[in-house]
Amino acid sequence: MAEPLALETSGLTKVYGSGHTEVIAMRDASMRVRRGEVVALLGPSGAGKSTFLLCVGLINAPTRGRVTIGGRLMQDGSRSLGDLRRFRREHIGFVFQKSNLIPFLSAVENVQVVGELIGKSSSVAKRRAMELLDALGVGRRALNMPTQLSGGEQQRVTVARALANQPSLILADEPTAALDSVRGRQVMELFRDVAHRHGTGIIVVTHDHRALDVFDTIYEMEDGVLKPATPATTPPQRTATH
Amino acid sequence: MNLAIRDIRHSVGRFVLTTIGVGMLLMVVMGMGGIYRGLVDDALVVTRGVGADLWVVQRDTRGPFAEVSRLPRSMVDRVATVPGVRDAREFVFHTIQRTHRGKPLRMGVLGLGWPADTGEGLPLIAGRPLGKNHFEMIADETLGLALGERLRLGKEDYEVVGITRWMVTSGGDGIAAFTSRDAQAIQFDEPGESVRLEREARRGRAGEIDFGRTQPGVLELATGVSGAIAALPGPAISAVIARLSPGVEPDAVRRAFSGWGDVTVYTAAQQEELLLKGSVDRARRQILLFRVLLTIISAVIMALIIYTLTLDKLHPIALLKLIGAPNRTIVGLILQQSLIMGAIAYGVGYVIGLRVFPTFPRRVLVTGDDLLRLAGIVMLISVLASLLGIWKAMRVAPNEAIG
Ligand SMILES: Nc1ncnc2c1ncn2[C@@H]1O[C@H](COP(=O)(O)OP(=O)(O)O)[C@@H](O)[C@H]1O
Ligand SMILES: [Mg+2]
Repeated sequence: MAEPLALETSGLTKVYGSGHTEVIAMRDASMRVRRGEVVALLGPSGAGKSTFLLCVGLINAPTRGRVTIGGRLMQDGSRSLGDLRRFRREHIGFVFQKSNLIPFLSAVENVQVVGELIGKSSSVAKRRAMELLDALGVGRRALNMPTQLSGGEQQRVTVARALANQPSLILADEPTAALDSVRGRQVMELFRDVAHRHGTGIIVVTHDHRALDVFDTIYEMEDGVLKPATPATTPPQRTATH
Repeated sequence: MNLAIRDIRHSVGRFVLTTIGVGMLLMVVMGMGGIYRGLVDDALVVTRGVGADLWVVQRDTRGPFAEVSRLPRSMVDRVATVPGVRDAREFVFHTIQRTHRGKPLRMGVLGLGWPADTGEGLPLIAGRPLGKNHFEMIADETLGLALGERLRLGKEDYEVVGITRWMVTSGGDGIAAFTSRDAQAIQFDEPGESVRLEREARRGRAGEIDFGRTQPGVLELATGVSGAIAALPGPAISAVIARLSPGVEPDAVRRAFSGWGDVTVYTAAQQEELLLKGSVDRARRQILLFRVLLTIISAVIMALIIYTLTLDKLHPIALLKLIGAPNRTIVGLILQQSLIMGAIAYGVGYVIGLRVFPTFPRRVLVTGDDLLRLAGIVMLISVLASLLGIWKAMRVAPNEAIG
């Protein structure tokens, strides 16, 4: 029996507003992500990339189309199936462009809270949070509050938080925008390692064409239309690393 | 990991300041309750102190604490003959205002039925009960008199032999206890000129009637002391207080007085009831209403504080929802902050109150029961106060965390 896909969407369409203010941000977006597959999503600003991630992440309901995660149909049109918030905390990790840390929690607590939300004991969650921060090179800033961290450090803490619940799907919206290219590449490689090691499906919205060799698959989006990248728009694939 | 405490620690200064503010409000609520209790307790301290089972007062009056009640002194002996009455004593009570050391001195004058009652039932904190039947007094500390001090009232000096605490009239004036004879002497003290005029008038009236003209002795008598004239009543007492023999029902004895046309009789319980319903009732209700208002105001203020604290957290709350935190976590965050604020504010109110209340001019009596009840009310307020914030937090969408 075939393993279920990490993610499958079919005919995802999102219409914002109505009448003459109507915006079709995404039309008929279909994507399949295998377990352990790392997907890059390219496209100009306003193309609908964030709209796609928010629908896939079960944060905004699509107008039409289906979202199936790990074999479970979660969203059928605007109808949600099951407890989305619970599903998010157990199966999905998020990283957004602007660092989104809880201001009254220290770096390690921001990561730890995710572990505690899925029922881990405080000490287990904390140990795991420390490991993740160490792996991302911000272990020494663990006790600092978010405002005491640089933009790059904040972003790495956010990445650690997205990994803390060992999700089956990670959605990252321009996660490396605040990082220099070396750090940016490190984060991308970390994503790939996590994906390959734990079978996590990962979708990363990025503008950084230099790191595209890290990805297994590349999609493009323009004017709300999602399609696999044509070789003309993408540089040669990861020949150097494999 | 407790999110509520983390958030408080993060903005501790603001939290502490607002909590102190709420605490002071709660202190006022506490104080209002204490003033109310003090009022009731003050009203009862004298009635309880004299230890009467029955109060015999002038017919249809509400007793010496509510209005003027006058009874002839002979009433004591009449009451003593009623079956079930162990002993009967006179009771004198009135309020006077004199000048002492250049300042006005208002005091309640309480006459004790010497020698049966020397005042040992009164709340003495220094000195002793009355030791002789004249020229001694027991003064409440609020009168500002010292032990051994002499106070001139009428034509005599009275020595302070005992000091009481919390023995005040319903108006808050300190009470001084004397023997009932002294109390009457103070009450009916008349200047010499007025006595002379009264005697002159009496002589004039006696001279206009046959009896006076034909009996020269009568004219003689009219110009003498009024106590020697059998036809004139002696100075009145306010009430007669009776103690009953053990095992006797106060109500049963009270009914025995039903045939007496000149008196009304109250049991101790009825007398207390009259006191509370009568003189202090309005003040009591006023304070009670004020207290309810303050409680509501505290709740509203706390709700607004918790609401603004929540508004400041809407972004992290949206983020918590986005990473999948259940509503339980978010409700817990707000509710716990509200309860923590309520609890600390209560403690602050208590501690400040402990220092401030004793400096009040009247007694603020904060009982353990009242403290417990207020703690319950504060908890309820805290829960209600968090509702507005919780309502707002529930309406935040997770996607508000991004963008
Ligand atoms: N909440 C919204 N309401 C109305 N229009 C929106 C909303 N969010 C996005 N859009 C529109 O949808 C289109 C796609 O936006 P977005 O998904 O953010 O693009 P991208 O992330 O690729 O830059 C844009 O035209 C944007 O203006
Ligand atoms: Mg975007």
